[in-house]
Amino acid sequence: MKFSDTFQPVLLEAAGIKNGFSIESYRSRGGYDPLEKLLVEKKPAEVVELVKSSGLRGRGGAGFMTGLKWTFLPKDHPGPIYLCVNADESEPGTFNNRILMEDDPHQVLEGIIISAYATRASTAYIYLRYEYPKSWDALQKAIDEAYEAGLLGDNIHGSGFSLDIYLHRGAAAYICGEETGLIESLEGKRAWPRIKPPFPAIEGVFRKPTVVNNIETMACVAQIARRGIEWFRSIGIPADPNNPRDPGSYGPKLYCLSGHVEKPGCYEAPLGITARELIDRFGGGVWKGRRAKAVIPGGISMGLMTEDELDTPLDFTGPGTVGCLGLGTAAVVVIDDTVSIVDFLHNSCRFFAHESCGQCTPCREGTNWSLRMLERIRAGKGRLRDLDLLTEIGDTMGMMPGSTICGLADGAAWPIKNSITKFRDEFEDYIKQTNPTGYMETDPVPALPIVTAH
Amino acid sequence: MPTVLVDGQEIEIDADERLNCIEVARRAGVEIPHYCWHPGLSVVASCRMCLIQAGTRNAETGDVSMVPKLVPGCQTPVKDGTVIVTNSEVVRESRARIEEALLIDHPIDCPICDKAGECLLQDYHFEHGQSERRADIHPFSSRRRDVGPTVTLFVDRCIMCTRCVRFTREVSGTAELMVSARGAKEEIDTFPGFPLDNKLSGNVVDLCPVGALGDKDFLYQQRVWFLKKTENVCGGCATGCSIVTEHNQDTVYRLKPRENPHINKWWMCDEGRYGWHHLHDATRIVEVSHRNHAHWNTVEWTSALGQLSKDLNDAGRLGVAVSPMLTIEEAWMLCAVARSIDPDAYLAMGHVPSTGHDESFPGGFTIRGEKSPNRIGIEMILSMFGALTENSTVPEWEEFLEQIRTETVQSAWITAGYPTPETSWCDEESAAIFDNMNCLVVQDLFRSPLSKRATWCLPAAGFAERNGTWVNCGHRAQTFEQAIRPPAGVWPEGRVFWSLLGRQGLYDPESIRETIAKNSVGFAALSGDMPSLGVDLRLQQVTGT
Repeated sequence: MKFSDTFQPVLLEAAGIKNGFSIESYRSRGGYDPLEKLLVEKKPAEVVELVKSSGLRGRGGAGFMTGLKWTFLPKDHPGPIYLCVNADESEPGTFNNRILMEDDPHQVLEGIIISAYATRASTAYIYLRYEYPKSWDALQKAIDEAYEAGLLGDNIHGSGFSLDIYLHRGAAAYICGEETGLIESLEGKRAWPRIKPPFPAIEGVFRKPTVVNNIETMACVAQIARRGIEWFRSIGIPADPNNPRDPGSYGPKLYCLSGHVEKPGCYEAPLGITARELIDRFGGGVWKGRRAKAVIPGGISMGLMTEDELDTPLDFTGPGTVGCLGLGTAAVVVIDDTVSIVDFLHNSCRFFAHESCGQCTPCREGTNWSLRMLERIRAGKGRLRDLDLLTEIGDTMGMMPGSTICGLADGAAWPIKNSITKFRDEFEDYIKQTNPTGYMETDPVPALPIVTAH
Repeated sequence: MPTVLVDGQEIEIDADERLNCIEVARRAGVEIPHYCWHPGLSVVASCRMCLIQAGTRNAETGDVSMVPKLVPGCQTPVKDGTVIVTNSEVVRESRARIEEALLIDHPIDCPICDKAGECLLQDYHFEHGQSERRADIHPFSSRRRDVGPTVTLFVDRCIMCTRCVRFTREVSGTAELMVSARGAKEEIDTFPGFPLDNKLSGNVVDLCPVGALGDKDFLYQQRVWFLKKTENVCGGCATGCSIVTEHNQDTVYRLKPRENPHINKWWMCDEGRYGWHHLHDATRIVEVSHRNHAHWNTVEWTSALGQLSKDLNDAGRLGVAVSPMLTIEEAWMLCAVARSIDPDAYLAMGHVPSTGHDESFPGGFTIRGEKSPNRIGIEMILSMFGALTENSTVPEWEEFLEQIRTETVQSAWITAGYPTPETSWCDEESAAIFDNMNCLVVQDLFRSPLSKRATWCLPAAGFAERNGTWVNCGHRAQTFEQAIRPPAGVWPEGRVFWSLLGRQGLYDPESIRETIAKNSVGFAALSGDMPSLGVDLRLQQVTGT
């Protein structure tokens, strides 16, 4: 899909507007009108149907159909039903939620109120990443303004619908972004992801039915309510008619462009823009005129695309076709040709070894083992056998082979798998050059005494 | 009936049974290795050792469709048509990898680890692990951390199954243990100032599948392969937990709970667990002694018994206190002996030690305030012998003392056997009541103000030194075997009474139990072989009539 020049950013419409985060500014742009109209005109089930037929897929990473997720809630449940908004944006390279929360918090709030109305939740929690104090201030201010305007609290605008929003600040752990880890953390427990079933829609926060949605998803809900289904479905990549399981990738998406580009930043584009277009059109090209060596399509856990694969559309199915895990958070990180892939992988493994919650054996030990091996490789004691071991760890750790409870291990495995399959020559050269006498060693070697993690 | 296919074997389960794959495989004789799963705790499915392949068989077509990835056996419930594969190449590889992963950070210090020989990590590695280490060789480390008065933690041996953490949260309800840190650095720990100090704390050592949690009482005392195991019953309180006494060369080294869904499930309390030390106490009475005024003589058992019954014959009306520490067989024989000496003998319940209050835990475990294992059994035996007061209750110890005080009995035989060497069960004041007896026989484990006044002081046997049947507070009768021989010079009560009854040969509790079962409706269920989990006497009475 070619990027259309007529595309207008909507999620980021407040960006650059003075005081765009205030309720007045949001109202002047047509905000909250759709909510007020919808509270009068539509029943919750109709709102669910609206979001379902828009084809909106969750923006948090997994890309699950938002409307479909809402329908999993038990019918006629006496309540309470909870809505959790996942603002624990910890995927390396990702900052789109932050932009939304800081620049246009009311857009997010409107989405939350609409979603709570649709799911009949009377309490919504925003689980905010610890490292986002500015988002905290912006959101809290927006919540206060919304209460003052009667958009939150009891009996909103006489509709009989009540909603309280609580802002909850996490304690800085990557795993809290996992749906059920977030729920455990919100309950005040150690953020160990739960085993499923039961899924959160049946038993979530405080053992009550719960929907967990991303901040950007909420913003999209607000935009769908304002602009309608046709508008939403006119953007993005339609479902593949030959694949009945492909629900399509509709709507605008915030791409976080960072790394070795001239102009890093958060850019709104239709789903399906290619990485190359993103880098060239928005990012001003790879910095200092260099060539991209690899690009992370959507956060470090999605793996790597090589320079040859940059024309892959960044929609929910595109990155998967070139061996990546998926679109993820659409955090595009550009790695230029001066960077050693060994260093990249070491950094990635260090992150996941540090952030593995330690519940499942394969992830706890696998992430640590891979980090130790890369430590040793970088210390000039690598062996070719380590590459096979790393690949094996990558292939066997995660939810996909069934060896872990949550997807963190898949995220840890993908950079390992992608780096070694796509850049094996570089790894072999590195090992042979740094360890010319021992690279063929196959017996266990002594571990290095110190492992540096954060 | 729902049918489950385990490695091609058809296993039928009851329609209302809720089993997971591990449980159903066990019925097929297939062991699915697991660390974190325990039937008494919540399911976390985190060790991933029990990964298997599962699927369903279409009832009509017979086609089997398998789940494309591995599933944890502990978390996967079975229903009609479930297909489980536990021995495929994929499953075996997965197990080998988990074993490999667990050993990356494990110190592998089996030669100095108490768990060696009964360690799941050892057993599973032997069966499912790889012969070659592929991970780097780590420098040896073995950090030890005190987590409580009875338990010590060898931090580096831990495989993070979190059974102990869940136990303190779900069963003892005290939540002292927690997981600290994250990833491969995480450890089991306690909060500063809140040690693992609850009345069930010893169970975490049993739960630990590896040698991480060590019992300070047992630490470095004995290699487990030297221990012989005897199924026993704890005599610490009226709960009567099913236990295993582990001993070697007539010395007990530790007690462990034995799974019994009717009584103690998988647990036992610390009081019971460490309540065997009195057996090897140096102050035990180990010889028969006869008092002539202030002068004590040691007498041989054989001559003592004849002399003793003669003394009692000549001493007026006999009163017998039947200790609730005795088995029903022993109690029956004691009553029979008493009635043969004096047909009008006054029979009463011995002293029943009690703290006065029961203690219950969230996991459904109760420590009884009544600190004797067989009060109900003794009551039933006494009523068999017609030893009842006007209101048809069995006379209590206090009533027995009253009889002595009012001198309606002139001689007495007190059986005791209370496992408390440090505090005597009978104080000077109550003992003084016995000052004017014609003949006083005291049979006890330890000396007391009462034994000082005895004419005959006989040694008694401890709980692991006797065999027979106890009836717990829930009317469940459990028969147990003798684990160790008593110290030289001590005859268990059963042998003493057997001799006094003039029976030939070795003491045979089974024949006594048969006699009791024949002569009492309440005990009818005791006839024949006794199941190891015991029988509920009330239930048997209802169904028997």
